[in-house]
Amino acid sequence: MVHDSVVRIGLVLPDVLGTYGDSGNATVLLKRLEWRGIRGEVVQLGVGDPVPNSLDIYLLGGGEDRAQTLAVSHLTEHPGMQQAAANGAVVMAVCAGLQILGEDFTGSDGVTHGGLGLLDVRTTPGSSTRAVGELLTLPDKELFADPMTGFENHQGHTQLGASARPLSRVVYGTGNGEGHDGAYQGHVLGTYMHGPVLARNPAFADLMLTWAVGSPLAPIDIPAISQLRNERRRAVQQMANRRKRLLRF
Amino acid sequence: MVVGGFGNLMAESVRVDDRWLMDRASTGVDEVSTAQGGDLPARTAAAVVAGNLAAKLSKVAGGGGGIIGGRVTLALDPNALGRLCRDRTVALVTGTNGKTTTTMMLARAMSVLQPVATNHSGANMPDGLVAALSTDQAAPLAVLEIDENYLPKISDAVQPAVIVLLNLSRDQMDRVGEVRHTERNLRTAIARLRDTTVVANCDDVLVTSAATEADSVIWVSAGGNWRGDSTSCPRCGMRVHVCVTDGTVTDWYCDCGFRRPTPTWAVREGLMTTPSGECFELALRLPGSANEADATLALAAATHLSVPLKPALDRIRTITGVGGRYTTVSRNGRIVRILLAKNPAGWAETLPLLREDTSRPIIIAVNGREADGRDLSWLWDIPFEQLAGRQVLATGERSADLAVRLTYAGVQHTHVPDPYQAIDGVDPGSVELVANYTAFRDLKSGLSNGA
Ligand SMILES: [Zn+2]
Repeated sequence: MVHDSVVRIGLVLPDVLGTYGDSGNATVLLKRLEWRGIRGEVVQLGVGDPVPNSLDIYLLGGGEDRAQTLAVSHLTEHPGMQQAAANGAVVMAVCAGLQILGEDFTGSDGVTHGGLGLLDVRTTPGSSTRAVGELLTLPDKELFADPMTGFENHQGHTQLGASARPLSRVVYGTGNGEGHDGAYQGHVLGTYMHGPVLARNPAFADLMLTWAVGSPLAPIDIPAISQLRNERRRAVQQMANRRKRLLRF
Repeated sequence: MVVGGFGNLMAESVRVDDRWLMDRASTGVDEVSTAQGGDLPARTAAAVVAGNLAAKLSKVAGGGGGIIGGRVTLALDPNALGRLCRDRTVALVTGTNGKTTTTMMLARAMSVLQPVATNHSGANMPDGLVAALSTDQAAPLAVLEIDENYLPKISDAVQPAVIVLLNLSRDQMDRVGEVRHTERNLRTAIARLRDTTVVANCDDVLVTSAATEADSVIWVSAGGNWRGDSTSCPRCGMRVHVCVTDGTVTDWYCDCGFRRPTPTWAVREGLMTTPSGECFELALRLPGSANEADATLALAAATHLSVPLKPALDRIRTITGVGGRYTTVSRNGRIVRILLAKNPAGWAETLPLLREDTSRPIIIAVNGREADGRDLSWLWDIPFEQLAGRQVLATGERSADLAVRLTYAGVQHTHVPDPYQAIDGVDPGSVELVANYTAFRDLKSGLSNGA
């Protein structure tokens, strides 16, 4: 896609959708650009601020029910992100953010709210127990190869329609609730993974940056990240062993 | 008051047990008073005896003692907490950060008047409270630290004279749910109470929302460096506008009409202003603005309960450490100052302390056990970027998460998972050790036992 010399990253409504350190996703993207000598910039788009349609990447984090309805009404009133997505900009949303990108979502009070319609998914309250814990998945082969690791904390059950593809297949954890985690449709991506997800999954971060920059990026090897990924994978393996469960890779 | 012969007999046993426990109490109880317990209902008295016995047996077996005893007492008499508080003046202290410190400060201040029962050890759930109250039944005053998620249950049971509400921010999210949910539960609980005065930090938006429901509120401008959890209004969800003058929050409001109340007490840079407009230098021996905030809230509560201000402040000034915090421990020529920071708000108060002497190495210890919260994503809400240029070591059971965070913060660091090796890895001299909950607890006891 066409962009000027600066990759502009929008942190969408961090004041209401930023419960779980998800703003760290912007930090990760910015740093991975900087390490490659590419200029980047993070734009905070708070409640009440207009949403420009000129950014390269839009990030949405987790939040609670009320924050979701507030976010939908704000983003409907200021549709810059949806306009940008229609032109190929990258949108990545976590947890509550994933849910509002969908066609609709039903809160814990049983009320169904219309979503932003960027992803063909619908979310309803899942089982009575919250899905809380490590989530380990294998991404869609079209995207990248490395397994995904994150921490989920939600009660939503997300079903995909015909236009959306699952982001990854669950090896350990709950995810959407039907054996997959998240969804993607073009350059719009959603996941239940906190952690933040891009800190734990550099391949996912680089996929988004490659889309935004429009050309392949030099690989970066950071031993600390490999060590964290291995450690989280071992932790999941131990939990699975304790529950006498086999991990299906 | 119905006390039969059986009750009196039980009371005798209680006294013996209490002495046994007092002698062995590992946490310093300020005001040791002889337990009498003669006016407890028989069922509670019997339950307390059984609980104390269980505590004793647990200690003999090498366990923690008190909490087990509290658990037994509660199992035998679910209303024990209310009964143990019935004839006392009770102050509850709750909030995310500073509970233990403020409880100790308020207990010291209240001890100007009469003996105070208190839970010093951070045992702030119902079993811990029953344990503390059972071992000190004669004290007419009680100052109790309460886990914020247990406050509704406990305030219903004890009908406190005062609740001190310090601050509310995200902590251990995967375990207890979101802070806004906590605020709504506190709000409902406070609305149910009659004749309770809430002493609340009006610079904290979430605290203000919960405290507003009280029959009577004393507002304290206690400041706070962390506002990440209250940028949206707890009443309507819109953005809260914050007015900042010279780096200090002076006012906040929401378009829905919810806004900062006018405080009667305030503290800034060590100077406290009272409702009469008098100004005092706090001159605490504990460092940092968080302790000054806690002291001011404690003094507002104490004076409301008729303690004269000056002796109350004098007692608070005698505190030099709280559960091992801020104290220094030596190990192989390293003089280690141990600081507790278990969430972004705690870190916001800790970062200024680390600037006191920029030549000191900083060791950061992070665990991710149940009590810490297993989700470490809060590390990304801390501006570790400020530590760039310092000597930093990442340690603890989840130091791999910290190492990645520091890498992205542009902070050069050494990753040494074993905390003792990390301490030995810096040059002899002063070193700062910042640890989250279980890391702090384990290192505090390990270092003081010469590990
Ligand atoms: Zn409002």
